[in-house]
Amino acid sequence: MAEKSGADILVECLIDLGVEVVFGYPGGAVLPIYDALFDHPKIRHVLVRHEQGATHMAEGYARSTGKPGVVLVTSGPGATNAVTGITDALMDSIPMIVITGQVPTQLIGTDAFQEADTVGITRHCSKHNYLVKDPAKLASVVHEAFHIATTGRPGPVVVDIPKNVQIATAPYAKPLGFEHASYKPQTQADPSAIAQAVEMLAKAERPIFYTGGGVINSGTKASALLRELAELTGAPVTSTLMGLGAFPASSPQWLGMLGMHGTYEANWAMNKADLIVCVGARFDDRVTGRLDAFAPNSKKIHIDIDRSSINKTVEVDLPIVADVGNALTDMITGWKTHGHKAADLSEWWARIEGWRARNSLAYPESREEIMPQEAIAELYRASKSAKDVIITTEVGQHQMWAAQHFGFEAPNKWLTSGGLGTMGYGFPAAIGAQVGNPDSLVVCVAGDASIQMNIQEMGTATQYRLPVKVLILNNEYMGMVRQWQELTYESRYSNSYSDSLPDFVKLAEAYGWTGIRIEGPQELAAGIRQMIDTPGPVIVDCRVAKLSNCFPMIPSGAAHTDMLLDPNQIAGIMSDEAKALV
Amino acid sequence: MHIQEEYSERHVLSLTVTNEAGILARIAGLFTARGYNIDSLTVADITPDHAISRITIVTNGPPKVIDQIIAQLDRLVPVHKVTDLTANGPFVERELALVKVSGTGEDRIEALRLADVFRAKVVDTTIESFIFEITGTTDKIDNFVGLMRQIGLVEVGRTGVVGLIRGKEPN
Repeated sequence: MAEKSGADILVECLIDLGVEVVFGYPGGAVLPIYDALFDHPKIRHVLVRHEQGATHMAEGYARSTGKPGVVLVTSGPGATNAVTGITDALMDSIPMIVITGQVPTQLIGTDAFQEADTVGITRHCSKHNYLVKDPAKLASVVHEAFHIATTGRPGPVVVDIPKNVQIATAPYAKPLGFEHASYKPQTQADPSAIAQAVEMLAKAERPIFYTGGGVINSGTKASALLRELAELTGAPVTSTLMGLGAFPASSPQWLGMLGMHGTYEANWAMNKADLIVCVGARFDDRVTGRLDAFAPNSKKIHIDIDRSSINKTVEVDLPIVADVGNALTDMITGWKTHGHKAADLSEWWARIEGWRARNSLAYPESREEIMPQEAIAELYRASKSAKDVIITTEVGQHQMWAAQHFGFEAPNKWLTSGGLGTMGYGFPAAIGAQVGNPDSLVVCVAGDASIQMNIQEMGTATQYRLPVKVLILNNEYMGMVRQWQELTYESRYSNSYSDSLPDFVKLAEAYGWTGIRIEGPQELAAGIRQMIDTPGPVIVDCRVAKLSNCFPMIPSGAAHTDMLLDPNQIAGIMSDEAKALV
Repeated sequence: MHIQEEYSERHVLSLTVTNEAGILARIAGLFTARGYNIDSLTVADITPDHAISRITIVTNGPPKVIDQIIAQLDRLVPVHKVTDLTANGPFVERELALVKVSGTGEDRIEALRLADVFRAKVVDTTIESFIFEITGTTDKIDNFVGLMRQIGLVEVGRTGVVGLIRGKEPN
């Protein structure tokens, strides 16, 4: 068999695995791979401006297309710059393969130029990682890396390749199917658990589906199955931040997001339910609030592909370890086989309607200032005419307002950093989503502070003519930090003011973008319309009310029933116990 | 505000893992990253082709945390199987220690007498010292070392615990 260099083997593998796009940045330790890519125009390389940008682009690409995202960076600083994105992908279960160059094997451990212990650094922020020291093993490692990244609970896998391994040669044949010796994710549910779950669901008087990112990760079929099961049972549905879009916001069964900034009806329904069916969510602290007061009188069913998510923070009555799609299929079959009919939930729904009537997402109107919530609502209205809309966000108040006021109808259209809460995620994620969905309207909802965390990627969008739209809700503050300081530190605004902001419109022009400034409520609709209608990338500096707070809110360490609906309920001080919580 | 301590119990976990570079760091790092305790950890390969290692970990924590430790270990890619020996019925656990004791006269005779009671072997001797080899449970070794401390303990080396389920079935 003809031998190939490690770099060629890697590129062959990527082609065999169906990789279309690689987000990367060259450097000394990956030069052989970049040279191999030069001969393979089949793989599109998107040159980023900073390696963190590459990782979030890969996440955005993966989340919006369902395919794994691929990142290629050099050793040392290339790899360390990628660490935030790798951790982000681990927390949010995003399939991603990160290929890092490494110094040649004989220099490993000598503090060589641009050497970093990449496998050591990424060991606990990746699903798995490899240091490949032999080109003959490269093909099987790369195929295995894709398998691990995309199956079970998806996540980032790092493959570290020393430069001499990229140059050295070995025979290459496309690896055929393999069975991993120890990695065998459980994807099919225990049938007796499914039968029990169906029974519990049929008997429940106050059921609720609490769904999460696992539904999206399981594929579009899982979202369809969730809709079917919800319809069969007539039960209300709420979702985590990561799960938005799996269930249509226009459905009367939809209660909105739950948790810290969730709706009144979603959180009260969770508190008063007699059965919670958790589908691909993980009882995160943003969702549960105070644990000992979380859904106190309910039985809980937890469907998750990751056994370690079960009973991690909340003990459940019936664990089901399985892929969400498979478990939902089995439950629907079980429901139908037993001839169950939707129970009479009218009393339950009457209570829910009572909570819904509180209209917890309402916000004060203003003729002088743009309310940030109104900007999102306007974006939602205006983008309905587009045939496909993908929304990404940075992290902070604007993220929560987008989650609350934009109605998502389909999965893979909402990209946000949930677990790690990475400021700087949204803009590169939008670029990645646009690469994977060239005809979609991709809008990054950003804050004035978080957009600056990866603003250098404006050059990437220009270079590849990616028409992403960035809507900055500019309140001249790190809004969520300021809000917490107002609520818990008596408005002592320590370092949360965004001083020395750039002129975003001039910045847009400097990069060859279109820049739009929206200064008052009268300009809002026209400004957003102009953003959508302008071809090419657009940045919108939308000046919003400076001191708006994001409500409703469950303060740290409080129960779902202690939800705050408006600023009048705020004392401005908190106990040390509450302050110690994040 | 004060940090509160929780009730915790001791568990012996037995893992089979792929014998690859970094596996020990992966396991040990999981414990530190998630704030779990390691009382002892042993590792050695156990198959003729050196492909599989057994890692025995003695840990302690509240029952809920022990369950989490097992689930977290189990989802690591190179981990084949995790068995909670403590929860799994009767099992044998042993630890080996080398115990260096120095002394003369009556102390020397007492050391030998105690070693005999504990079935410890003398594996090195000089006019003024012994090295004893002792195997047994952690408690037994603790007791032996405690007694030797009163006589003239110089230093101790311990292997940490290994364990297997009793009976003919594998872990």
